[in-house]
Amino acid sequence: MLSYLLRKLLLSIPVLFGVTVIVFAIAHAMPGDAVLAMITAEAPSSDELIAMRRGELGLDQPLYIQYLNWIGQILHGNLGRSFVNGRGVGEIIGERLPMTLELMGVALLVAFVIGATLGVVSALRQYKFTDYSLTLAGFVGVSIPDFFMGLLLVYVFALELRWLPSSGISTAGDSFSLLDNLRHLILPAAALALFRAAIFMRYARAGMLEVLNQSYMRTAKAKGLRPSTITLRHGLRNALIPLVTVFGLALPTLFGGSVVIETIFQWPGIGLMFIDSVVNRDSPVIMGYVLITAIIVMLANLATDLAYSVLDPRVSYD
Amino acid sequence: MTDATAADVTIASGVSRGLWGEAARRFLQHRLATLGLVMLAIIVLACVLAPLIAHYGPNDIDLRGRNQPPGGVHWLGTDGTGRDIFARILYGGRISLTVGFVAVAISAAIGIFVGCVAGYFGGKVDLLLMGLIDMVLTFPRLVIIIAFVAVVGPSIFNTMVVIGLLSWPSIARLTRGEILALRNQEFVLAARSLGTSPSVIIFEHILPNVLSPILVAITLDVATVILLEASLSFLGLGAQAPAASWGNMLRNARTLSILESQPWMWIPPGAMIAMAVLSINFVGDGLRDALDPQHIMGGGAK
Repeated sequence: MLSYLLRKLLLSIPVLFGVTVIVFAIAHAMPGDAVLAMITAEAPSSDELIAMRRGELGLDQPLYIQYLNWIGQILHGNLGRSFVNGRGVGEIIGERLPMTLELMGVALLVAFVIGATLGVVSALRQYKFTDYSLTLAGFVGVSIPDFFMGLLLVYVFALELRWLPSSGISTAGDSFSLLDNLRHLILPAAALALFRAAIFMRYARAGMLEVLNQSYMRTAKAKGLRPSTITLRHGLRNALIPLVTVFGLALPTLFGGSVVIETIFQWPGIGLMFIDSVVNRDSPVIMGYVLITAIIVMLANLATDLAYSVLDPRVSYD
Repeated sequence: MTDATAADVTIASGVSRGLWGEAARRFLQHRLATLGLVMLAIIVLACVLAPLIAHYGPNDIDLRGRNQPPGGVHWLGTDGTGRDIFARILYGGRISLTVGFVAVAISAAIGIFVGCVAGYFGGKVDLLLMGLIDMVLTFPRLVIIIAFVAVVGPSIFNTMVVIGLLSWPSIARLTRGEILALRNQEFVLAARSLGTSPSVIIFEHILPNVLSPILVAITLDVATVILLEASLSFLGLGAQAPAASWGNMLRNARTLSILESQPWMWIPPGAMIAMAVLSINFVGDGLRDALDPQHIMGGGAK
C-alpha cells in the first residue's frame, strides 16, 4: 500500500517535469515578453535599452538555461510577476484560489448528493417509468453547456423572479457576510453542479445495479432484514465506491467550467483571472494558472487512487 | 428482454445479417438512438442547406429592423445590428459542427495511431507514449486549449486544430488497452510467424477487431468537442465576429439587458448546442449497446 503510493509519487515526477516543459514552451511561444511589457509603460525605448533589460532578466540566455532559471524560481515559490499590474503571480493566485475552491467544492458536493440520490433511486426502480425519466434527464443534463445553464439560471432566478443576485460574490457596499456570500454562490454553483450531477447519477445507477445482483444482498434478504436496512447499509455503501472515480474525473472539467462560469458571474476566482490574463497576454499569470491547475489535478488523481484502495478492500496494488 | 427473443427468432428463421447487420438492427431498436440519428440528420441537413432554407444571409445587416422579436419576416427575430437570428443559427451550425467533426477526425487519427504503436510494440515505446499521454491528460482540457489559443491567436481554423491536437490522449489510451489485449492472440502470432509486417498486422488484423469501443468513444467525443468549441467561442477565443457560431452568438447574452429582455438572441443558439450534443450522445449510447451486446445483458453496469 505504502510502496504503491511511493511508486505513484515517483512516477508523477517525470510527468510533472513534462508538464513544466509544456507550460514553459507555451509561455515562450507567446508573443511579447516581460521587457516589452515594461518598456511600453516606460519612456521611449531604444534597441540597446531593450537588449540591456533582456540581459538583466536573463532573456538573452539559451532556452534550457532560461527554463532552469524558471524552475529554480518556482521551487523558491516565485511564480513571477504580472506584466499588467506588477504583482506577484503567487500572491494573486493565493488571494483568488479560495473563491474558486469554494465555488468548485460546493458545486461538487451538490452534484454528488443529487447525483447519488437520483442514481440509486433510478437503480431501485430499474426499467420503470422513474428510471427512464431520470436516465433521460441525465442525458439532457450532460448535453447543456455549463455557460448556457448559467445564463438560463440568471435569466430565471435573478432577472425574472429576482430571488438571487446575478453576479459577484457579495452585495457591493455591504460589509461581507457569509449569508450574503452564499446567496451569490447559489446560481454559479448550481450551473456547475447540474452537469456533474448527471454524471454522478449515471455511475451511481450502474454501481447500485451491480451491487443489487451480489450474493450478499440475497443473504441479507434471506436473513430477513428490513428492505430499507438492506438498501442503505448493505447496498448504498458499496454502490457509492465507484463514485470516487467521478470525483477524480470531474475535477479537470470543473476547472474548465469554472473559467466560463466565473466569467459569466464575475466571480473573482482564478478562472476569471485566467481569462483576463489571456486577453491581456499576461504570460506569467497564464503560466502560473496552468501550472497550478495541472498540479491540483495531479494531486487529485493520486488522492482518488488512494481513496479507492482505502474504501474498497478488493482493490489491491502490488 | 425483447432483444433476446428477437435474436432467437433470427436464429430460428435462419436469416443471417452478419456482424454489422446485427449491430444495425440493435441500433435501430434502440429508440433513443434512432431519435438521436433523426435529430442529428435534421440539424446537419438544415445547416448544409442553409442558403435554401434561410431567406437572409448570416451577415446581412438590416439597420431598420434591429432587435426585432421573432415574427413572420424574421422567424427568430434579429440581433442588435439587424442580422437574422435564424440564418445565423443555420450558418453558425456549419461552423460548430465542422469544428466538432474535423477536430475529432484529427484527434482520432492521432489517438488510434499512437494507441496502436504503444499497444503493439510495448516496452520502452509504450512507456514513453503513456508518459506523454499522462502529461497531456494532467492539464484540464479547456484550460490547456485556451492557453494554446492564446499563443496561436483565436480563429476557427486554430480552434479546430488545437482541439484536435490536444484531444487524442483518451482515444490513444483506449486503443492501446484494446490492442494490448489482442496482441498475443493466436491469429496475431500466426500472422507474425508468416512474416507479415507490423503495420499490416496492426491495421488489417488487429484494429478491425477492436474498432467498436473506439467508434463509440469517437462519437461521444464529437459531442464533447462541440461543447468545447461553444465554450471557447463564448469566451471570444473561438470563431471570430462577424462569423457566427452557436457559442459566439451567446456572447450577446453577457449584456444584462439582452439577457433579460431579448431572449430570442441567446436561447435559440444555446438550445441548438444542447440538441446537437444530446442527439450525438443518444447515437453514441445506441452504438455502444449495438456493438457490445454484453453491455445490455450486464444491466448497464461498467
